[in-house]
Amino acid sequence: MTAIRNYLRAHIRDPNPIAYALMFLAAVFFPVVVQFATNGNGDYLVGLAADGGVYMLMAIGLNVVVGFAGLLDLGYAAFFAIGSYTYAILASAHLSVTPIGHAVHLPFWILLFIAMFVAACAGALLGAPTLRLRGDYLAIVTLGFGEIVPRVFANGGIWTGGIPGMSALDVPKLPFWIQGPWVNLPLGLTPDEFRFTSANLTAYYVLMLILITFVVILVHNLQNSRLGRAWMAVREDESAAAACGVNTVGIKLLAFSIGAATSGFAGAFYGAKLSYVSSENFGFIVSVTVLAMVVLGGMGNIPGAMVGAAVLYFILFYFLPQAPAQLEGLATSVGLGSLNHANASGWPGLGEEVSRAKYVIFGLILVGIMVLRPQGLLPSQVRKQELTHASKAELVAVAK
Amino acid sequence: MVQRVRASVVAAPSASLINVVGAIVVAYVAVVAAQRIYHGGPVYFAQTLGFGLALGAIYALVALGYTMVYGIIELINFAHGDVFTLGAFFSLALMPAFGLTEGKSSGIGLILPLLGLFVVTMLFCAVVNVVIERVAYRPLRHAPRLAPLITAIGMSTLLEGLMFVWKGPFNLHYPDLLPETQVTIAPGVTIAAKALVVMGVALVLVIALTQFIGRSKLGKAMRATAQDRDAAQLMGIDINRTISATFFIGAVLAGAGGIIYGLYYNSVAAFDGFQYGLIAFTAAVFGGIGNIPGAALGGLIIGVVAAISDGYFAPAWTEVLIFSILIFVLVFRPTGLLGMRVPEK
Repeated sequence: MTAIRNYLRAHIRDPNPIAYALMFLAAVFFPVVVQFATNGNGDYLVGLAADGGVYMLMAIGLNVVVGFAGLLDLGYAAFFAIGSYTYAILASAHLSVTPIGHAVHLPFWILLFIAMFVAACAGALLGAPTLRLRGDYLAIVTLGFGEIVPRVFANGGIWTGGIPGMSALDVPKLPFWIQGPWVNLPLGLTPDEFRFTSANLTAYYVLMLILITFVVILVHNLQNSRLGRAWMAVREDESAAAACGVNTVGIKLLAFSIGAATSGFAGAFYGAKLSYVSSENFGFIVSVTVLAMVVLGGMGNIPGAMVGAAVLYFILFYFLPQAPAQLEGLATSVGLGSLNHANASGWPGLGEEVSRAKYVIFGLILVGIMVLRPQGLLPSQVRKQELTHASKAELVAVAK
Repeated sequence: MVQRVRASVVAAPSASLINVVGAIVVAYVAVVAAQRIYHGGPVYFAQTLGFGLALGAIYALVALGYTMVYGIIELINFAHGDVFTLGAFFSLALMPAFGLTEGKSSGIGLILPLLGLFVVTMLFCAVVNVVIERVAYRPLRHAPRLAPLITAIGMSTLLEGLMFVWKGPFNLHYPDLLPETQVTIAPGVTIAAKALVVMGVALVLVIALTQFIGRSKLGKAMRATAQDRDAAQLMGIDINRTISATFFIGAVLAGAGGIIYGLYYNSVAAFDGFQYGLIAFTAAVFGGIGNIPGAALGGLIIGVVAAISDGYFAPAWTEVLIFSILIFVLVFRPTGLLGMRVPEK
């Protein structure tokens, strides 16, 4: 085992291509394996994975802002909200109740890009006056923005559906040339397999897979471009980068807008998949969760952010919601079934207590990662070297 | 290529244009507010001001902890707002032990146990905050700045989670111990005695704090460490002890804030603190982060603004207004009302 590990360490300098390949294979075979393992009842899990893809997209986008350009964004969910609401307003009957008086039903495929564009514009608008600020101040401004946007949507009255939000949004429809008459022919595909309904979550899963692949290719190319190098230069030392002729404000604005665009993109999908938006789904906790995904995975590394998103999503949205029922079952089977019920002395029942504990667990995860493995699960090679070099320099300083 | 990248970027609007737009927005809001206040009459305004000052006093107590911690280690201690709620929760649990029950005690039988409750709760919160610093921030003092910020959010979630596990998702009733009387301050204009108590407690604590920071040796060490940590260390100041002391004092104020919050509003819930903390932090930024009188002043102003917005405009928009103030201050005057320009460390 150690021999294999040493061999791998010696011969694989960059684990990223392997990580990409493994993740792609896992993603392609996931629905098949799940359906097989659950005897064909795995639709729920496939749909959950498609929702997880939304977080993965956001983690990839936030990684551009935080990981590449080193800008701390604590209000990332705001752009997610903007993307979702753009989709909701332009792809539902909602506008007919507003003074405009006509429902607008643009197709999902166009709205993906409109939502992306609107979110990018919002990012640029917020960024233009604030990116002159350095470090923590930017974090505070984005935090404020992240608090403002959901409240504006909640208070938006008939324009945004107020606190209940908007429901019955359009589902994506494939263009006619994919739904053509040949679908029923010997290829063996039925139209249902392509249709986006709540009963056919695999279609959303496939769509999400395509979107993530698209965004990863884009962001990966950006990282290796001149712009990507400029981002890293700004991240490492803004003054030095400026002295070398990098337009730091412009570069930061681009990073901010591209991050926002990715979030808006994810938001449009989220609105379409859920067919419902409400301002309550875009709070600070969403921003923190995405940030934690990026940090857990390894800041500045795209596969890292993706792995972090997958792991944290699994823990927060599958493992923890299942835990109360599992533990109740366990308590019953070991003869402590009485623990499962609330009693007079204030014990709310084992299941309730465990489901309440999810915040404690999330907090412990955040603190634990940072104290024990600050570089993340799959760290960026550049950052890893920086971290080790920095600690060596510190050791030297201490020794002196 | 550099040229092309530059050309493809939206140029940041010039600072002067932004300033003009900002000034117009602020002036417009001020004029509208003044009109509404004028039409509302003096009695209603005095009432609103009373609410606002009481609210502001609580914000000020919490904001002081944010500003002190930020001043000394440049960290937004997100857990601070939850230490504040913890103060309310802990004091609520201790009330029976001090013999404090609703509507029974008054006079000296109320004041002495209440004083004891204050002291015990403040100490408890202080110890919790020092432990948080020791566990979550000190190991990361030389890490990139993002690291302690994330542990701060983690600690905040952890504290909220612990209180949630302890008491559940309910609004807990906090005993209404303070007298319900109204004090007449001018003919026809009254203010609740409760609000006066809140303001009095806050005032005493803020004065005690400024005296402590300004006169004591530890206060001097704190100011020195905030100015230049390395130089302070060379002068023989124990940095770790000074930082711990800062967290201790910040949490003492937050714990007191938690109790008076409970006494004033008679209701507290596990997740209250985060929101309160963010607004108090806004107050600290507004007053000039790192500046102690600034935080107190910022807290009062934010409290009054919130009360005016609640009383004369739509309460649903109050938080939007406060966070807009946060962004405005950072864009137009990042140093706040009383802050001085500090070089980026």
